[in-house]
Amino acid sequence: MSSSLLRRIRIIFSTLVFIFFVLVFIDFKSIIPSNYTNALMFLQFIPSVMKFFDLKTLAAGGFLVIVLLTLISGRTYCSFLCPLGIGMDLNSRIGGRIKKKFRRYGYKKPFTILRYTLLAVTLIVTMIWGIYMITLLDPYSIFARFMTYFLKPVVIVINNYAAGILGKFDIFTLSNIPVKGFPLIVYSIPAAFFLLIGALSLTKGRLYCNMICPVGTFLGLISKISLFRIKFNETACTRCGRCAVRCKSSCIDFLKPDVDITRCVSCFNCIHTCQDKAISYGIVKIKRKDHKTDESKRRIIAGSVLLLLGLSRVASGQDKTAPKPKKESTVKENKTCPVCPPGGGGIADFNEDCIACSLCINACPNGVLQPAYMQYGIAGIMQPVMDYHKSFCMFNCTKCTEICPTNALHPLVLEAKKLTQIGKSKFIKDNCIVKTEKTACGACAEACPTKACHMIAYEGNLVIPEVTEDICIGCGHCEFACPASPYKAIFVDGNSVHVAAKKPENVKSDIKTPVEFPF
Amino acid sequence: MAAGVALNMGGFEKLWSPAAPANKYDLVAVMGGNPDAMFDLGIQELGGMGAFVQKGQKVLIKPNIGWDVIPELGATTNPLLVKRIIEHCMKAGAKEVYVFDHTCDNWVNCYRNSGIEKAAKSAGAKVVPAGSESYYQDITIPGGVNLQKAKVHQLLLETDVFINVPILKDHESTRMTCCLKNSMGLVWDRGYWHSNNLNQCIADYALYEKKPALNVIDCYNVMVKHGPQGISKEDIVLMKSLMLTTDWVAGDAAAAKMLGIAVEKIEYIPIAHKMGLGNMNLESLNIKKIKM
Repeated sequence: MSSSLLRRIRIIFSTLVFIFFVLVFIDFKSIIPSNYTNALMFLQFIPSVMKFFDLKTLAAGGFLVIVLLTLISGRTYCSFLCPLGIGMDLNSRIGGRIKKKFRRYGYKKPFTILRYTLLAVTLIVTMIWGIYMITLLDPYSIFARFMTYFLKPVVIVINNYAAGILGKFDIFTLSNIPVKGFPLIVYSIPAAFFLLIGALSLTKGRLYCNMICPVGTFLGLISKISLFRIKFNETACTRCGRCAVRCKSSCIDFLKPDVDITRCVSCFNCIHTCQDKAISYGIVKIKRKDHKTDESKRRIIAGSVLLLLGLSRVASGQDKTAPKPKKESTVKENKTCPVCPPGGGGIADFNEDCIACSLCINACPNGVLQPAYMQYGIAGIMQPVMDYHKSFCMFNCTKCTEICPTNALHPLVLEAKKLTQIGKSKFIKDNCIVKTEKTACGACAEACPTKACHMIAYEGNLVIPEVTEDICIGCGHCEFACPASPYKAIFVDGNSVHVAAKKPENVKSDIKTPVEFPF
Repeated sequence: MAAGVALNMGGFEKLWSPAAPANKYDLVAVMGGNPDAMFDLGIQELGGMGAFVQKGQKVLIKPNIGWDVIPELGATTNPLLVKRIIEHCMKAGAKEVYVFDHTCDNWVNCYRNSGIEKAAKSAGAKVVPAGSESYYQDITIPGGVNLQKAKVHQLLLETDVFINVPILKDHESTRMTCCLKNSMGLVWDRGYWHSNNLNQCIADYALYEKKPALNVIDCYNVMVKHGPQGISKEDIVLMKSLMLTTDWVAGDAAAAKMLGIAVEKIEYIPIAHKMGLGNMNLESLNIKKIKM
């Protein structure tokens, strides 16, 4: 294949992937259908692994495609499909504009110990304690959080500004979106990664991918036996070193000449830059090296694969309990358990499968999904939690369950979602306006879509709320609507395991179709 | 007849076509037809839309779009009716017709699933968002007992004519929602009303100077229980009726009768009556009843 064509294909393809990813995350009008998003997520390595182990179906086997792709072509995933990697390439370009030096890389020694240790630690922690490390280090999730926490707010501010201007001209195609910030603490992790990855990619190309990223390290191991790879025509090569300078993975030792295949992300820049036409991409016979090293590295590969395969088994065997109630709570609403989104199945189950990528938080049309800080404990930091002080869960909506890339939220059809009890409303009579002020209110009963919360006779002409728990689905509209302050008079206590709610019964009214006006 | 309406019609008698009859009814009630056909008949009895909308005026139509529920379940104003009212306004020469509601459920879904957005746009109206505080402006309500200040949608202030188009429904807390209570969709901070004597606040708001020139009450599919949202079609009684009135207290009093509730039970009606905001005594009103 002609030398610059491969690079051009890579640039065009990755740009399209990147644009689509960005669009998915800034789509504040929910224009992109869920199945488009799902198609995009199918080939994201970690989400696909998580989903595969949760569903145990090949339909979620996107990561197998990636493994196969890597076996054939090396770490093309990192250059073509990883949104974080593509973003880094973009940033490197910017770096090159700022200072030419930033884009002159040259061969560097690999951080062998660091990267394999991080991969091992990630796998071990995941198996024994939970998905903290994956949450932190999955490149897709890192990218997703950049979008949700940093880019989307900017887009909304711009939208609001534009909506304001258009509104003056009587055009209402854009509407003002109330800006609701997240708890400050959840910004800290994405911010730290943003600074780290931003700085590294600005000046050092793909160093992050080859030093820290466990997916990069894992695919690097597989690519050791990949079929297609960068190869040198040693007789044509004049050892000019241009390729090494251009290599953003710093993995070309031009004096040998040789490519460290575990770090090469198949960007094809070297082919493009070689003036001697000495570099090409094709099938290379693997040189048999020192037997001893080969053996130990194979063991690592085999071990990692086994660990991955064992992931779900070990994870599901864990006995996690929901967070304990805070005994000395200053909050009168005695929430014993946070509310996890519908489709989560239950808190322990959900916490194990969610990689906190924030896609659902981003997509929720009502903004009720908020990143948790400590509601789930440290295990669930940045995972979505229902925040009924901010908003409530729409009765006719299943958006978050449709798009979850890891199946931490399983798809629910609308009828099932309407009968999925994620929590139960608890009424605190002593906080209720009807009792304290002796005036009518009923904001909660008005909001309740199932009439689990309804009004019963109270003093005089007054009516006061009552909750029928078995038909409550825990949507939180009552809590959101309750005007009592600072403590709500009605709140939703989460179910640690989601259960089926009873369908509300209803009978025909005695009132008949009138034949005459009654006045 | 309400003073507001008399004022409203004072200035432009000359513009009326000679054929237009004088507005001699306080309330027109129509029964037995489709919402749009009933409106055609009813508005004719009140002298046509020209009696309320002058050429070149901006009109605000405020239906109830509060819930994300399909039209058949009677939680939101009938889209056919909204559409027909807009058409009449356009015919009367309105420069612009706006439609909005500060919804309880997600506004995008309410607008879409109620069918009102589509119906209103097809008739040439502008459907305006109301889901963000930035659209609301401070007003004062002199004389309000519990409600002296509110934030209302800027379009209420910018338009010349306000047409209130509630749907009659049962309501868990206030017993009934209709004309007066529909105004909760004009304001931003409803929580304040709920925590500061809801019934008094509803009546207080009616003091505000920008009153509806006309109230069109949708009583086609009437939710008689589990209001204001309803849970299924069992909550609905087909009443096939429509009422038009310039007096929203009278409208609410008549609506209460339709639901078979004593007017006194719906506390904000007698409060508003006592405050002189309208007349709840139906016997003293000139009511025109039409059956189709």
